[in-house]
Amino acid sequence: MAKLTFKTDLCKGCGLCVKACPKNLLVLAKDKINQKGYHPVEMTDESKCIACAFCATMCPDCIITVEK
Amino acid sequence: MIVFDKPKSLTDAPLHYCPGCTHGIIHRLVAEAMDELGIEGQSIGVAPVGCAVMAYNYFACDMVQAAHGRAPAVATGLKRADPSKIIFTYQGDGDLASIGTAETVHAAARNENITIIFVNNAIYGMTGGQMAPTSLPGQVTQTSPYGRDTATQGFPIRMCEMLAQLDGASYLERVAVNNVKNVKNAKKAIKKAFQNQIEGKGFSLIEVVSTCPTNWGMTPEKALEWVDEKMIPYYPLGVYKDKYAEEAAK
Repeated sequence: MAKLTFKTDLCKGCGLCVKACPKNLLVLAKDKINQKGYHPVEMTDESKCIACAFCATMCPDCIITVEK
Repeated sequence: MIVFDKPKSLTDAPLHYCPGCTHGIIHRLVAEAMDELGIEGQSIGVAPVGCAVMAYNYFACDMVQAAHGRAPAVATGLKRADPSKIIFTYQGDGDLASIGTAETVHAAARNENITIIFVNNAIYGMTGGQMAPTSLPGQVTQTSPYGRDTATQGFPIRMCEMLAQLDGASYLERVAVNNVKNVKNAKKAIKKAFQNQIEGKGFSLIEVVSTCPTNWGMTPEKALEWVDEKMIPYYPLGVYKDKYAEEAAK
C-alpha cells in the first residue's frame, strides 16, 4: 500500500509532480491556499498509487515522501 | 518502507527559488550523491553569485561563497590546502560561462581535482532575465527584446565542447533535468563526478541543462518542454570527455 506525505506548506504549486505522475493521480487543489499563497498539490486516489516516486523525483522543493 | 525521502545532506530550510525552478532538483541530486558516497562531513561546497548564491543555507556540508565567477579558483585553493576534503562548486551560466570563463578553463587545464556542477539555464536569472553567453540564437530576454541577434551579439558558448579540447580535463558530461529519465541520468553523472574526485582522477564538470520559468516567461510545465524543443538540440546531452575510460579502452 503506497503512502504519500506532502509538506503542503512548502508547495509552490508548480505542477511538475502533476505532470510526472504516470497514473494522473495528482492535482493542484484549486479550493485550497497554503501558507505561501499557492494552490498546493493533492492526491486524488491513494489506492491507485504505485509508489514509483516519479512525483518526488521531479519535485524541486523536496516536499514529497513516498512509502510503501 | 520509505521509497523516497529528502536526502540528509539538504537542510530543512525552504528553498527560495521560484516555483518550478529546477535548481531544487539539482540541489537534491548533489545532496543524494553526497549521502550515497558518505562524504557530507568532509565536503566543502563553493557557492556562486547568482540564484544559487544562498546555497549555503541548503547544503548541510560546509560552504564558502566566492566572488562572481571565481568559484573554481577558490575551490583550487581549498583543495590544495587540504586534499582530504571533497570540494565542489555549484555555478550558473552567468557565473561560470561569462565572468568566470578564465577560472573554469584554467582549472580544467591544470586538471584540478575538483567537481563542478554547472547549471545552464540560458539566462541571467537572479538579476532579472538578461541575455547570457549561453542564451540561444533568437532567444528573447530583457536585453535582447527582439531575440538574440548573432550578427551583433555572437553565438552561445558550449562549455563542455570547449573544455573537451583541453588535455587537462578528466570528465565532462552534459545532462538535463526536464523529465524523470534525464533526472536519473543526471544523478548518475553527478555521483560519478564526486567519485572521480575521491579517486583522485582530477577535474570533473557536469553541465546540467536547467530551466528558468520566471525569466523565460513560461509556465514550469512549458519550460520543461522548451528544454526538449530548443535547449537540448543546441546543447546535446552526453559524455564529452572521460579520460580514464578512453585510456582503459586503449
